[in-house]
Amino acid sequence: MALKSLPLHEYLSSGHRLCAGCGEGVTIRQILKSFDEPPIICNATSCLEVSTTPFPYTSWRTPWIHPAFECTGAVAAGVEAAQKALIRKGRKKKWDVVLALAGDGGTYDIGLQSLSGALERGHKFVYVCYTNDAYMNTGIQRSGATPRAAWTTTSPAGKVIPGKTEWQKDLMKIVVAHDIPYAATVSPSYPMDLQRKMKKAIQADGPSFILALTPCPRGWRTPPYLTIELGRLAVQTCMFPLYEVENGQYKITMKPKRKLPVEYYLRPQGRFRHLFTPKTRHDIINAIQAYVDKKWQEIQKLEQLTQQ
Amino acid sequence: MMARKVLALNGDEAAAYAVKQCKPDVIAAYPITPQTIIVERLSDFVADGELDAEFISAESEHSALSACIGASAMGARTYTATASQGLALMYEMLFVASSFRLPIVMSVANRALNSPLNIWNDMSDTMGARDCGWIQIYNENAQEVYDFTIQSFRIAEDHRVLLPVMVCHDGFVVSHSTEGVETLSDSEVDSFLPPRTTVYPLDVENPVTIGCVGVPEYYPEIKYQQEVATKKSIQTIKEIINEFNESFGRNYDIIEKYQMDGAEVALLTIGSASGTAKDAVDEMRAEGKPVGLLKLRLFRPLPVEDLRKALSGLKAVGVIDRHISFGSMGGALNMEVRAALYEMRERPHVMGFPAGLGGRDIRVEHFIKITEELLRIAERDVLEEDYRVVGCRGPGCIGP
Amino acid sequence: MLKTWEEVPFAGYILEPGNAESYRTGDWRSRQKPVINQEKCTFCLLCWIYCPDGAITRRESKVEIDYYHCKGCGICAYECPSGAIRMKSEAEEA
Repeated sequence: MALKSLPLHEYLSSGHRLCAGCGEGVTIRQILKSFDEPPIICNATSCLEVSTTPFPYTSWRTPWIHPAFECTGAVAAGVEAAQKALIRKGRKKKWDVVLALAGDGGTYDIGLQSLSGALERGHKFVYVCYTNDAYMNTGIQRSGATPRAAWTTTSPAGKVIPGKTEWQKDLMKIVVAHDIPYAATVSPSYPMDLQRKMKKAIQADGPSFILALTPCPRGWRTPPYLTIELGRLAVQTCMFPLYEVENGQYKITMKPKRKLPVEYYLRPQGRFRHLFTPKTRHDIINAIQAYVDKKWQEIQKLEQLTQQ
Repeated sequence: MMARKVLALNGDEAAAYAVKQCKPDVIAAYPITPQTIIVERLSDFVADGELDAEFISAESEHSALSACIGASAMGARTYTATASQGLALMYEMLFVASSFRLPIVMSVANRALNSPLNIWNDMSDTMGARDCGWIQIYNENAQEVYDFTIQSFRIAEDHRVLLPVMVCHDGFVVSHSTEGVETLSDSEVDSFLPPRTTVYPLDVENPVTIGCVGVPEYYPEIKYQQEVATKKSIQTIKEIINEFNESFGRNYDIIEKYQMDGAEVALLTIGSASGTAKDAVDEMRAEGKPVGLLKLRLFRPLPVEDLRKALSGLKAVGVIDRHISFGSMGGALNMEVRAALYEMRERPHVMGFPAGLGGRDIRVEHFIKITEELLRIAERDVLEEDYRVVGCRGPGCIGP
Repeated sequence: MLKTWEEVPFAGYILEPGNAESYRTGDWRSRQKPVINQEKCTFCLLCWIYCPDGAITRRESKVEIDYYHCKGCGICAYECPSGAIRMKSEAEEA
């Protein structure tokens, strides 16, 4: 597969109101290019949703529904069940892929229940969680996906507490625990890896889940042109490993040639500035490094353990 | 006319049987007492191949209604059922469903809201959701549950309406009480209820965006369009009820009158309490008291003109709500009836009697006491209290 | 003229797919815009796949910036492996 082979269609039109340099814009465009025909999209309340549908404008060239924030899994389940029924009864001819789109807000936290229910019931749909590590749409408040020590408006780097004190929720583990056919992590900085994984997700015989890292210039306090570089550094420092879990079997799809220290990822981002000025917080940076190393070891062990 | 099957069904079973005959495509529901029999029967029908539908055992009521919204937007005929806490949990999605103009039908086995936990019958659940834009129909017994569940699909899916419908019956009193229900044949239901035709489904051939950001420049227009459609739907609802009456030999209306000839005072009831009220009215009429009964079937949209017509000429009306809207003037029905009559030159005194909270029995003697109060009000031509709670021990209430 | 309640589409649905394309996000650019040096371009298509706005049009054998929509984020210039895209000031290129 090469970029030249990707389709020309743009199911997400230009003219949307996402920020300049928005990681969601890149990622969703790439995700939609893995489809030959428009999917039916269920979108949670999020940056993507509000920026693409300010009445009377819509950027979507697919059927698209946004009911609320926490129920994307459930809405997609309803769409999927309706398709099953309508096709079986001869009122609809062909199967259209059901694509659920939600941010980390609408997935890790408030949307976790409806995702879990839909996965458990085994509906055939693709759920993409685009994570920018916080509730960005409402102004950068912390979520279960916010990394340790990151500044957000509800986990500020204050005089006493230096940013978020908790570690991230390991959502992939939660999803994999539902024993679904396919789950994977993707980054827009690795477009062919993303395409390959999306194709597998679409073809899965049951629910599939994609966790996409979508850097946010506004919330991460980075210049807009660094978005793709950050998506790359996240992978190269192993802060966001790229792997897939196919019927329980783990496979790392991008092993960094040279695993970079986490500082390479933290330093360019304003949300981690307090770790470097006025003085370097080696204690926190080391703790983050130890955590990332531990998680990376774990993924590698899981890969070995689940070898067929 | 072929002979109809009379089946021994309770209110929940009657709802499930009607739903089966209406052939939904997708059912998404979560069990909650006293609605559980509905979902269990429907599961049986699906498992036995008697009902060809996708049954989603949703993991919560919020997800159940969310799934219905997705399914209905695809063009599927969609159904769910709930009560009490479940209705409260799906509250935000109720507004979404009606805003999207999706013809979802939902049975509600009216049950009191927590706290304290109470699984028995009152209407705090659906009355608390009266602003959400759904059509609300209230039934007195299992026969009505059966008949109006069928009509609800027809009403909801009519292109002049396209609004979701809550078809309500009292928990336990109706949901769990067995009656002889005259059921229609499958072909009779088919002839009354044609397949759904969807206006703007989610369709790859014609992609639409449903659920945009309604900026202040447009939100009022979008909502007013919904309001106009909701008010106008009364006309279509009446038409459909008339058609049902004529096709199947029933005698339903959105406000039904009982012993109203020569009545000077009236009881206005909703739901199963109407049955008890009829007994009380019979007793009192036998004693020569000039009292009649008005049973309200359609609460949303509120039949303002019909209420004005039905209540004009009376001296006093007692409105028997089955819930309290805390800190106001009793129950919603009392307040809305008064609002409907306020600008009339000649209008009756209207007093609210919230009764039967949390499943407390409403008895004939309650209605007799209420009527005595109404007659006193009529005689003195003055109203002293906006409302008084019925069925409660202690000062200020009509007990026990 | 903004639509009345009778004129807004049914239930606030938006019936024309992708009509946002008519909205000129190109005037979000404040100082700089990307300029492609076609001689240096190797048609690797990375700029095309990395643009958040789809503002790089892919033709038969070359790419072009869609200035009507380009917000000037600079990702294309930063990522271009052959240095074919430079951010130049709007004034300079006027």
